[in-house]
Amino acid sequence: MTNSINEILETDVILVIGSNTTEAHPVTGYRIRQAVQNGKKLIVADPRKIELVKYADLWLRHRPGTDIALLNGLAHVILRDDLWDKQFVAERSEGFEEFKKTVAKYTPERVAEITGVEAGLIEQAARMYGKAEKATIIYAMGITQHASGTHNVMAVANLAILTGNVGRPGTGVDPLRGQNNVQGACDMGCLPNYYPSYQPVDDPHVQSNFERFWQAKLPQEVGLTVTEMTDAARQGKIKCMYIMGENPVLSDPDGNRVVEALQALEFLVVQDIFLTETAQLAEVVLPAVTFAEKNGTFTNTERRIQLVRKAIDTTSSAKPDWQIIIELAQKMGHFWQYPGGPEQIMEEIARCAPLYGGISHHRLEKGGIHWPCPTPGHPGTAYLHADGFARGKGKFHSVEHVPPAEEPDEEYPLLLITGRMLYHFHTGTMSRRSHLEELRSEELAMMHPQDAEAYGIKDKDRIVVESRRGKVTTRVQVTDFVPPGSIFMTFHFKETPTNVLTIASTDPICKIPELKVCAVKIRVPFPGQARRHPESFSCH
Amino acid sequence: MCVVEVKGARKLMAACATPVSDGMEVLTESDRVINARREILRLLIANHDLRCLTCERNGDCRLQDYCYRYKVEDTPYKGEVIEYPIDTNNPFFIRDYSKCIRCGKCVTVCAEINGAYVYDFMHRGFETKVTSAYDDTLQETTCTFCGMCVNVCPVAALVEKSTLWAGRPWEIKKVTTTCPYCGVGCQLKLKVKDNRIIGVAADRSGPNLGDLCSKGQFGWDYVHSPDRLTDPLVKRNGKFIKVSWDEALNYVAARFKDILNEWGGRAFAGLSSAKCTNEENYLFQKFMRSILQTNNIDHCARL
Repeated sequence: MTNSINEILETDVILVIGSNTTEAHPVTGYRIRQAVQNGKKLIVADPRKIELVKYADLWLRHRPGTDIALLNGLAHVILRDDLWDKQFVAERSEGFEEFKKTVAKYTPERVAEITGVEAGLIEQAARMYGKAEKATIIYAMGITQHASGTHNVMAVANLAILTGNVGRPGTGVDPLRGQNNVQGACDMGCLPNYYPSYQPVDDPHVQSNFERFWQAKLPQEVGLTVTEMTDAARQGKIKCMYIMGENPVLSDPDGNRVVEALQALEFLVVQDIFLTETAQLAEVVLPAVTFAEKNGTFTNTERRIQLVRKAIDTTSSAKPDWQIIIELAQKMGHFWQYPGGPEQIMEEIARCAPLYGGISHHRLEKGGIHWPCPTPGHPGTAYLHADGFARGKGKFHSVEHVPPAEEPDEEYPLLLITGRMLYHFHTGTMSRRSHLEELRSEELAMMHPQDAEAYGIKDKDRIVVESRRGKVTTRVQVTDFVPPGSIFMTFHFKETPTNVLTIASTDPICKIPELKVCAVKIRVPFPGQARRHPESFSCH
Repeated sequence: MCVVEVKGARKLMAACATPVSDGMEVLTESDRVINARREILRLLIANHDLRCLTCERNGDCRLQDYCYRYKVEDTPYKGEVIEYPIDTNNPFFIRDYSKCIRCGKCVTVCAEINGAYVYDFMHRGFETKVTSAYDDTLQETTCTFCGMCVNVCPVAALVEKSTLWAGRPWEIKKVTTTCPYCGVGCQLKLKVKDNRIIGVAADRSGPNLGDLCSKGQFGWDYVHSPDRLTDPLVKRNGKFIKVSWDEALNYVAARFKDILNEWGGRAFAGLSSAKCTNEENYLFQKFMRSILQTNNIDHCARL
């Protein structure tokens, strides 16, 4: 996020696109709702009738995979109606002329045709966002998990730059990160192209700095992303994987291919707290401990670094991940010594990651700090780009609408959207081993009443959902939460491993898989005699 | 309890509903105020289950605190007492309205923070009860089980099931930490007794300002799951065998070295974890890069 979560309360207009905030980030969802209650305006752009739609002033129900067209359409109207911030654009941006040419093509009428949203609604939304003194755009995986994910994000950023909604409190471009420490894992350089603090691995100067700092020779070439690793493993190029606290068998697209890839490895080591579906394929499994049994830090979606404090002692021989890695390094013959534990590791991070330069556990005792925090005296940075962008000027990227890689056709006529629901999390390894399981213990694929009727399906009926890559069985929840012609499923339930259906087509730039759109067909295995399920809840 | 005396005003005023004005002189602990508060407390305990001996909130109860502060030991208003059955229908907390003081905090937090509007006041006067629409079980309402009502309850009307008979308030250690679920980074307090987590309390220091959702409030019991891995495992003939740490790590190190010698760093790939700490992620990529000689490192940032 460029800005911090509670600045949502200070903004005038909130545009939520591709985020079911009240279920996936509930406490941020509370803030959006509170803002509306205090009289702020809310625009929701989502194919699904998410809870926020109830509070929204405008709801743009665009077709999945048409975000760029919609966002360019909004920019078109903002330019046409002269609602853009000329001073900001002149002083702080570049690439405007080309951008103007691109969005000129996205008239409300044409956008209406692509997205299915009425032209009038697009104009209203553009005026509402464009006229705001302070506006913020909140998005999540609904924007990024597309073959055009990077361009989607650029289209979001264009809108914010065009209206000068960057670098002030209550404005900004705010992606909501899905995991407690996905921000931190990126910051720490758990990416194929970056060392800690986003220092490029293929910059020789940076590389030699890290070689000196770590006293080791380092590889030069940029590594593979998770989806590329799957391919490389299937082709036998990768022989060995070390997986710490991830469950790609259920979380990655085209799950059957992931299993094949992991089975093709010569050696697989998995380190986790449970024997996950991924760990079951390993040759060695190393038992780790939970967040409650160790010290350290997580960095949240608003770049706030916060302490994780040990609350209980581990009752088995399981060890914290940091300790396992250190012991493994020692067994490999390297002299790794961190007698001070996580606190000392953070000292090392502060010395090589400028964004974390001023961070220490001691400081965090008084409360979380937003990076960038370059020095021990620096107070941290609640919102970014106050005095300029990291690259100098904010760049308009002219991006065009491209249809998703796989769209419904005659053979696979329905569109599958995947995501999360309130009571569970990711592959369910944690949440399904808690009392939350009593609220929801199985997948309920959401289908629109029109489709359900066409297929002769009733609420709670069991169906088979099939894509070109695999099939799963699930029960159905008939609801107008989803638009006609589509199905929504989560990936929380191992009994219904939804990701065997999804497609591993990726964005060419950042390699994010298109988990939000693929084509499926359904079958009703026992027409008219589906077993009834006693009780289950509707989605909130 | 928020009555105050405003000089010049005939009646006592409710502080929460009276805007301050220029020159207003407010007395917060005058004799009149104290007497009024005593009277309110006597009325409150007239219809309150006073079995404090075994109450989960004994020692951590605002009603006790105020009765102690204003020396209210008993009530002269012995009359009808309404006994409500305890609602244990939801998986997470009990609703014991015999202990409810009708303060309305749960009503407010549910409506104004969560937006679920589950609770409201039912009936009038002596029979007033705070409850869900039609007195339904919470599963039948719009409740999202965020548990914020439990955290704001000043008495034992709403109590987490996991803390029932699990320890007295003063025996429970509270450890402030960061929620392990989504990326909001909510701060919360783990309630710990005898090396076990027994519940979660609100913490106001983080971005959540004390608010939580069902996962942060009630999703922690996986920590004590019997499914937890307890020992290193090595697969032999298709079956996992428990081995010592030494054996496991020696084996992994030997295999890593063999593969590194034979194929070089390009043969390795590592998936780090968005669930692990910064310190662990830092060490993981340092291990992959400096020891296994590969930049093939990623995690579920894109999933």
